Amino acid sequence: MEELLSSPYLPPLVATLLIIALFPLVAGYMVLAERKVLADLQVRLGPMRVGPYGALQPLADALKLMLKEDIIPSGADKWVFWMAPVLSTFTALSAFAVLPLSDKFYVADVNIGILFILAMSSIGALGLILGGWSSNSKYSLMGSLRAAAQMVSYEVPLGFATVTGIMCAGTLSMQGIIQAQYERGVWGAFDNYLLMLIPTVLFIIAGTAETNRAPFDLPEAESEIVAGFHTEYSGFRFALYFLAEYAAIFVISGICVTLFFGGWLRPFPNVGFLETPLNVGLPVVLFAAIALACIKGATRQIITGFKLGMFGLAGAALLLAALFAVPVINPLIVGLFWFLAKVAVLVYMFIWYRGTFPRFRYDQLMDVGWKWLIPMSLGGLIVNSIAQMLARS
Amino acid sequence: MSDAIKPGEGAPEAAKPAPAARKPIPKRPVKKPVVMETTPWEGPLADALKGRFGEEISLYGTYRGQNFIEVDVKAVYAIAAFLKNEEAFDYLVDLTAVHWPKKERPFEIVWILYSFDKNTRVRIKASLPDGGKAPSVTALYNTANWAEREVYDMFGVEFDNHPDLKRILMPDEWEGFPLRKEYDIMRQDEDWVRENLKIESAQ
Amino acid sequence: MPDTILAPPPPPPAPEATLLDSNELVINMGPQHPSTHGVLRVILKLDGETVLGAECVIGYLHRGVEKIAENRTYQQFAPYVDRMDYVAAVSNGLGYCMAVEKLLDVEIPERAQAVRVILAEINRIASHLLWLGTHALDIGAITPVFLCFREREEALKIFEKYCGARLTTHAFRIGGLQYETHDTFEKDCLAFCDLMDEKLKEYHALLTGNRIWVNRTKGIGILNAADCKDYGVTGPVLRAAGEKWDIRKAQPYSGYEKYDFDIPTAENGDTFDRYMVRMEEVTQSCRIVRQAVEGLPAGPIKGKIGKVIKPPPGEAYVSIEAPKGELGYYVVSDGSLNPYRLRVRPPSFVNLGALDKMCRGSLVADVVAIIGTIDIVLGEVDR
Repeated sequence: MEELLSSPYLPPLVATLLIIALFPLVAGYMVLAERKVLADLQVRLGPMRVGPYGALQPLADALKLMLKEDIIPSGADKWVFWMAPVLSTFTALSAFAVLPLSDKFYVADVNIGILFILAMSSIGALGLILGGWSSNSKYSLMGSLRAAAQMVSYEVPLGFATVTGIMCAGTLSMQGIIQAQYERGVWGAFDNYLLMLIPTVLFIIAGTAETNRAPFDLPEAESEIVAGFHTEYSGFRFALYFLAEYAAIFVISGICVTLFFGGWLRPFPNVGFLETPLNVGLPVVLFAAIALACIKGATRQIITGFKLGMFGLAGAALLLAALFAVPVINPLIVGLFWFLAKVAVLVYMFIWYRGTFPRFRYDQLMDVGWKWLIPMSLGGLIVNSIAQMLARS
Repeated sequence: MSDAIKPGEGAPEAAKPAPAARKPIPKRPVKKPVVMETTPWEGPLADALKGRFGEEISLYGTYRGQNFIEVDVKAVYAIAAFLKNEEAFDYLVDLTAVHWPKKERPFEIVWILYSFDKNTRVRIKASLPDGGKAPSVTALYNTANWAEREVYDMFGVEFDNHPDLKRILMPDEWEGFPLRKEYDIMRQDEDWVRENLKIESAQ
Repeated sequence: MPDTILAPPPPPPAPEATLLDSNELVINMGPQHPSTHGVLRVILKLDGETVLGAECVIGYLHRGVEKIAENRTYQQFAPYVDRMDYVAAVSNGLGYCMAVEKLLDVEIPERAQAVRVILAEINRIASHLLWLGTHALDIGAITPVFLCFREREEALKIFEKYCGARLTTHAFRIGGLQYETHDTFEKDCLAFCDLMDEKLKEYHALLTGNRIWVNRTKGIGILNAADCKDYGVTGPVLRAAGEKWDIRKAQPYSGYEKYDFDIPTAENGDTFDRYMVRMEEVTQSCRIVRQAVEGLPAGPIKGKIGKVIKPPPGEAYVSIEAPKGELGYYVVSDGSLNPYRLRVRPPSFVNLGALDKMCRGSLVADVVAIIGTIDIVLGEVDR
């Protein structure tokens, strides 16, 4: 037993199990957050029926999707049709393996971590292509063709932006990239006399396209090709695609945060006197505010169960606030807090785009990709390498 | 001259007091001959038409301030072409038909033309015997394409030289032409309904 | 009279749109499709994503309105017209009432005319709002539709207060109006106009300046004025092509000659121009409503008309400027209680005929934008 506990494989195993077990839930709540944020942008309320303020909606959705019939179109290529969503989900989740969620909590710190993530997210596209192709439906086929073309074109600027980030950090290891930013005392995005903002912006744009999010959601453009590659999917297989999409959003945001926004570092990591207010004060105040909001929300609930649920949430938030206030526990969890907070901001931006922009057209998407993003990302790389050479020589 | 009548009708009666005078209305109004009180249409356009066409236009009329001509169906294309090319009637507003089963030529086809320059409308009416064909004006006005298909769909009137004359609103295999007067409002193509909707009756 | 003039021309070549025989991809858009606005079915022939031809298959919502008209009295049929273009029910009712009034040859009191104008213009705004929302949704902007419905709600509230119904209003009666306006009618209408003027800025901020929106709409689905006339396309589509033609100005009805308003036009006849024309029309409708409300005369609301409507034998074609184009009613009376024949000239149906022309050479995504920009309501296309 002792041997097992001291085994070097234990922490990554626990982390893996935790991520695989928890991420579907997280994805569910990302969907809920998306629906709530969109509802807020669109002068409506969003889900309000299941649980207090719709808080249990993801569980109801998951239950519904799992109970639904798994329909396979008669002309479909059965095995490919079955495996395609699994492939998408598998690759999206395996990218989590090298995501540096905090300085303590991660599965592995591989010395080519970022390459691994890029490879995995590229294979994810294969899941969409195969799924669309095997459905034996014209709309699905068009969706998968669009997915193929889009992913190939946007992989390039994404890669260039990543290379710029790597060049700035000087390492391929995810933890190493964050460490480099700590040593230089500035987030990647603001390095090289702010020139790194170019690859940062390009990364976010290309990342939106890479994850098929609006305004680049052509493979599933519902107003044009019904639902694109997953037109024929139903039930749990459809849910897997959903899971893969949100996992991809999380991963892309995670890479962006790691490369350009200091990963799990707090803002201004080298300014000593900000240590307590940012690492202790801010989380405590934030969670206390959430607790207050929950209590206020609880008073508006009529159903007793919902009321209790809201009080429970308030209690959980207060507990978290208390945990952050304990000096022993704080350093263990504050990294995770900052990482997730930064990812949340990026995810919010993704949702915000969706509420604001119309969809690109296929040829315009290619135009933007090849004529603007690729030259600009290449230019960003060159400009940054010159600036870096001048600054650090 | 206020009693230009449709051909084949009896003497004009004093129509003005007629609705008021017939107080005890039976449940079904007496089937009396259709009389439309038209006045002759006079004006530069009518003169132009008179100058160009003779026998083909049998009546120049005005009713409620709306001008119309009754023409020989064979001349419709020529008249429409004349109106379009020389009188700037460049917009076919509508094309429809009216079924008068009691008449010798039961189908009356109506073309409504409008001129943007003159800001005026004119109706061309022509009657057809059952089974007769009207010339298509699709070559002049693309609007006529769907409108003629609808007339064919609803009345079974065929149009010569139409590029693609087939049903437009009803299913392709439907039997019967719904807007003919003998087609009862409750009637339906039972076979079609059984075969395609898998129900006994759509009523 | 030479014989040659009577001979019709040789048959035109077979249409390309119906070619379903080659190796290109043929896809069936609709009748169940998120953005064919109901049950429109378009058979698209594609080369990759480029459209080679489009053929509309319609009739899924065919209810035989014209047949129903022949079997109902004039008053009984009036509510049916609301079910054709159900987003502009007031305009439909106005056209129908005017057609029957033309046959009856009755004068409508000025107050009734002004109220008709007010409600028809508010309905035009409501119809344009619905169009804007769904059109933006087709192009992928998912937020404007909710904003538009928020404002449209205010318009529907005015109808509801006036006549009790929100959508299929049956607001007018043959000969005038059934109901006197409610106490806050004038105030509500003016408040709605102020609201629209303010909210239009919001729509412009969200869409007009958006590069993606402009790219998606500029140069898409071009239909020039000559083609518009050839296809009989009217309404905002025709005006966007540069033809300054509006029945409200060309042949004023219901007292439109008394109001001061402009006909917005544009030059290129593309989707963006149609968008701008409709947006401007909302402003102009607000202007008309304001003038009509301020000059609302007192007086009777119903003309001299009997309980039994029995027009003398005759026929009349009356058309109005509905939100979607020229809406015409051709009514034939044989002197009985029922219309002998009632033909509706639906703007949606005629405008949809130009879809193939507008689609060719564009992409699949544009087809959706073009269907949206024509502004069809399938209830009116199929009747």
